[in-house]
Amino acid sequence: MQLTEQQQEILNGSRGETVAKAMKALVMYGDVFGADKMVPVTSEFNHLVTSFGLGVISPVYDLMDKLIEAGAVSGQKFSADPRPLDPNVPANLLQKLIFKKFMYNKQDFYEKQLDTLGLMDKDAFTCACYMDEVGNKPKKGDVLSWSESSAVVYANSVLGARCNRNSGIMDLMGSVVGLVPHFGLLTDEGRKAGWIVRVETETKPEAQLLGSAIGMKVMEDVPYIIGLDKWLGDELDDSACTYLKDFGAATASNGAVGLYHVENLTPEAKEQGRELILDGAQVYVIDDAELKRVKDSYPVVWKNPDAKPRLCFMGCPHMSLRQLTDWTEKVEAALREAGNKKVVIPTVFTAAPAVLREFEATEYAERLKKTGVITSYICPLMYMNNPLCAKMPVITSSNKLRTYTTAKYYTDEEILVQITKGGDEA
Amino acid sequence: MKTFKGRVVAPGSVKAEAVVTHGGFNTLASLQKSLQFGDKTAKCGDQNNPELYGKPLAGRALCLPQTIGSTTGGLVIYCACAMKRNPACLLFSNKIDSLAAAGSILADVWLDDVSMPVVDSLGDEFLSYVKDGMTVTVREDGTVTVE
Repeated sequence: MQLTEQQQEILNGSRGETVAKAMKALVMYGDVFGADKMVPVTSEFNHLVTSFGLGVISPVYDLMDKLIEAGAVSGQKFSADPRPLDPNVPANLLQKLIFKKFMYNKQDFYEKQLDTLGLMDKDAFTCACYMDEVGNKPKKGDVLSWSESSAVVYANSVLGARCNRNSGIMDLMGSVVGLVPHFGLLTDEGRKAGWIVRVETETKPEAQLLGSAIGMKVMEDVPYIIGLDKWLGDELDDSACTYLKDFGAATASNGAVGLYHVENLTPEAKEQGRELILDGAQVYVIDDAELKRVKDSYPVVWKNPDAKPRLCFMGCPHMSLRQLTDWTEKVEAALREAGNKKVVIPTVFTAAPAVLREFEATEYAERLKKTGVITSYICPLMYMNNPLCAKMPVITSSNKLRTYTTAKYYTDEEILVQITKGGDEA
Repeated sequence: MKTFKGRVVAPGSVKAEAVVTHGGFNTLASLQKSLQFGDKTAKCGDQNNPELYGKPLAGRALCLPQTIGSTTGGLVIYCACAMKRNPACLLFSNKIDSLAAAGSILADVWLDDVSMPVVDSLGDEFLSYVKDGMTVTVREDGTVTVE
């Protein structure tokens, strides 16, 4: 890799030993992927995946301390993934004990570290940092040092920013030094598609299921998706963005997708069309039968596969304001139809603190509360990491949550039936 | 016995028993439980990976195509190394992915007493040949012998 004189000086220690080490890690990272140079991070804010004060990951806190002690704090303010704890979310005494004493016992300590390193504000904890209400929304062409797979794939695909699938810690190295190696999804060539995906379903495909199918097939490649605009239209409106948020998170967690193009919809696909497709690209056709095959392939790891669900999580990644209002109406209508006043399974809708504040200012908040649904800023994944929670039969419409935990996946419609009527007959 | 030549991502030499996955290795799903709850053998907790689920990974030669999933992946590898619950080596048939590379590099740069050789680009034949329980020897130059 070609470094400028100034970059070489950083590597040699001009900004101190700690920044030199951060630079060394970035250069080694770039060298592995054939980066030709280091480029400046141009986004206003960074986003970090590590938001949880798990006592056991003390090596991370030690590293953060080294950065702080050396004054090697982030050159950008940043948001971080959701908090792992929220008293609003149901948990019994034993579960709470494990959360507080054995798992997230370093939460307050870690949040102080984040604050010192450059957290945007005390509530900047969400995986959906790109929501307007949160304010960490990069511009098209911005170079990022983000992590959080669902945020990276959204920033690349829907916003047209440029970011590799950076790991936790490496994300921070980029904003401490202010530079990232130029390779992969930062380059024009790296943003070309090695897969053509043809969506040939009879109805609008479930976002979380379609994303899962594509992620499992293309792994870390870039898919160019044909036929999805039929269902989403050709404008990135609220509805399309919300769909793509959930779709992208599933591609990134069920595979390793960092960028997708949707023909006639996402920015680069609109500008460049099929010129984005590489010669010799492989083809994957997805019809209703293929989606069913994928869904049927998910293992159910509950001890009793027929157990009655004890909790439902919606919002991994965090829900948008539109999702919260739409789901309020859906839940109300389904409860009326079922002759029930409140949801029959404890249900938690999760969203960014800033989105929840906006939601609370609408009439929908009170209406949702009446249905018995709880709102929270929690990370459902972090909740499910508690072994006592993992033993509970929890359901979700999130394919990311299904992938990382024991939660059982249902489609949105199936979830609605489950929480308003009980049983899974949609 | 067969020998394969790959590219050295993190240098080192080691001899260890192989554990093999032909699907992507989901680092977070595989290692989070063992890191959180003191399982020194680092049994794989990824329910979606029937080849590895429940098998100990610490001290084994982990043979894989690539890693997938959450971008905490590199951090998880870094912590596994710091806590000495890491695989003895990571042997990729494909080119290494950005998360595994970050984890390996962060451990190499920021931890003083860790050695986890990482070799990539070993080829599809490597992953077809190597089986659970075989002995794998990794050399400094990226040569991997399977027997």
